[in-house]
Amino acid sequence: MKRWSHAFGAVLLLLAGIGLVHAADPIKIGSFLTVTGPASFLGDPELKTLQMYVEELNAKGGVKGRKLELIHYDTGGNAKDAVNFVKRLIKNDNVDLLIGGTTTGDTMAVIPDVEKEGIPFISLAGGVEIIEPVKKWVFKTPHTDRMAAAKIFEDLRKRGLNKIALITGDGGFDKSGRAQILKLAPDYGITLVADESYGNKDTDMTAQLTKIRSSDAQAIINFGLGQAPAIVTKNIKQLGITLPLYQSHGVASKTFIDLAGDAAEGVRLPAAALVVAAQLPDADPQKPVLLAYQSRYEAKHGPVSTFGGHAYDGLMIAVAAIERAGGPDKAKVRDEIEKTSGSIGTAGVFNMSPQDHMGLNLDAFKLLEIRNGAWKIVD
Amino acid sequence: MPEQLFQFLVTGITIGSLYALVGLGFALIYNASDVVNFAQGEFVMLGAMTAIALLNAGLPLLVAAVIATLLTVGVGLLLERFAIEPAAGASVVTTIIITIGAAIFLRGVALLLWGKDFHSLKPFSGDAPIQIGGATVLPQSLWVLGVTVVLVALVRAFFNRTLLGKALLACAFNRTAAQAVGINVKVMLRLAYGLSAGLGALAGILIAPITFSSYEAGVMLGLKGFSAAIVGGIGNPMGAVAGGVLLGVLEALGAGLVSSGYKDAIAFLFVLMVLFFEPTGLFGHKASERV
Repeated sequence: MKRWSHAFGAVLLLLAGIGLVHAADPIKIGSFLTVTGPASFLGDPELKTLQMYVEELNAKGGVKGRKLELIHYDTGGNAKDAVNFVKRLIKNDNVDLLIGGTTTGDTMAVIPDVEKEGIPFISLAGGVEIIEPVKKWVFKTPHTDRMAAAKIFEDLRKRGLNKIALITGDGGFDKSGRAQILKLAPDYGITLVADESYGNKDTDMTAQLTKIRSSDAQAIINFGLGQAPAIVTKNIKQLGITLPLYQSHGVASKTFIDLAGDAAEGVRLPAAALVVAAQLPDADPQKPVLLAYQSRYEAKHGPVSTFGGHAYDGLMIAVAAIERAGGPDKAKVRDEIEKTSGSIGTAGVFNMSPQDHMGLNLDAFKLLEIRNGAWKIVD
Repeated sequence: MPEQLFQFLVTGITIGSLYALVGLGFALIYNASDVVNFAQGEFVMLGAMTAIALLNAGLPLLVAAVIATLLTVGVGLLLERFAIEPAAGASVVTTIIITIGAAIFLRGVALLLWGKDFHSLKPFSGDAPIQIGGATVLPQSLWVLGVTVVLVALVRAFFNRTLLGKALLACAFNRTAAQAVGINVKVMLRLAYGLSAGLGALAGILIAPITFSSYEAGVMLGLKGFSAAIVGGIGNPMGAVAGGVLLGVLEALGAGLVSSGYKDAIAFLFVLMVLFFEPTGLFGHKASERV
């Protein structure tokens, strides 16, 4: 046994020696995103953003004199694949940190491995359960669904509306959003008079909305992703329902306005400032960051979405932490990510702490209304 | 309450007409070759996506719709000629697997051509809802219903009144005998694929303003259309139409009266029940082996 441990030690020394010789090895960033499948509209801009900025950072000489290397696997939205890819990233590819996990499902599935192996992980998914309770190695950059619910409720309170109808899809994002709405509603004195659901691939929701029409709701909240919220929006207009409609931050992209067309007029939703960057006052510290990201992304890939912005935020926070830590040492980088403060990203200003591994507050969300086919800031 | 019920029915019949058109496509090809063509949903997607692309390129709606339908018919013919025909001697299961492969291939091509985004088509005649006795109907729903009725009538007339249609039916009943009386089975098979591709494309174009389209929109529609064909008794075109409408209405009633979470479950439970008690479908021919 002892002999073995000697041999093991010798091998370790040898490896360490190799490590020293190759001090200019690239810093490896492991990534697993949902680039194909139903959530591809999230993962696709995330990957493009990561690739674009890794390339740009390398052109500027890399981080601490070392190039960055992005190793990416597509999970297709399958949590089982996500777990396998993360194991591969950690054990075979020997990455220094992880940025990825497009969906809450993918992220939650890999957390046990991340915690066991002790590797800094910045998630790009929305669910509040990712950072609550706080996990030592896990951080995230997008706003949580609880913040979205709170933002909508604040606006409802301002308008004096307290009876709402809820309609949500059957995906993870939808269900998690529904749970947060149910949980927060009593705090704002809001009662749910209808709670309907639909399948995310459904093509018609008029039956559910007819039920809502006959309830005494004063406003409708729809929490969903993809094309389904656009169909809900159109169906509402089709049924002649004139109640105020609130959507979630899940549809904060131009595609939603294009799909829903005229029916989208007057729809309100909480969203990151990225989609309305040009409308922000010049004094807003976020404005230059947003415009720079937007122009760079749009020059290469077409209209920005907030989702790519989350990847930008994650990468920038990671790079800053590596620089402060003086290299990609996992424990040091983790500590430095946790110390992130005043970091201006596309989602807002990040102030992380040992209790808060996201670091955004409610101000990071803007409440938008769609007017004449464009976003307008209401609050 | 009666108003609500009426609204559910309107919804169900609109969606049901779509299932009916897709189911009709399934029935046509099954009739001609005993094969379930799992690329049927992809024909629907192709029709919608090409029409949207042509419209965005500046063509008027009617021209775009006609060209999109013809292009999809072309794809159907190519599929038959280069994927189905070379496997002429193969078993039915092999051919079905070929159609599944073709479906995946078509989806891939659409993904490359049009990306992953959803696309919408402008409604043919505005989207101001029409009030009919307490229920609201979109003008587009009337388009869907109207065109479906016309298409179904045409398909029916084709099978009952034209020599070509009867020849196609003859192939379905007995391929060898059909060949013996001088029917060119190969041509008939191509005709079946072309026709169902065209029907699919039209369905796609009609429904695109209501439901949008994306490269994978055909998967679920294909499944629902297939269920419609099964319920109606596969191989019976009019049965498929009835099955589609029935399925759509059940879904809408399920979502409206029972629970929106269970609406697919209710529809599929119904399909299972039908298969359980009437394995040949509600309107299917009772299987009888002629000796």
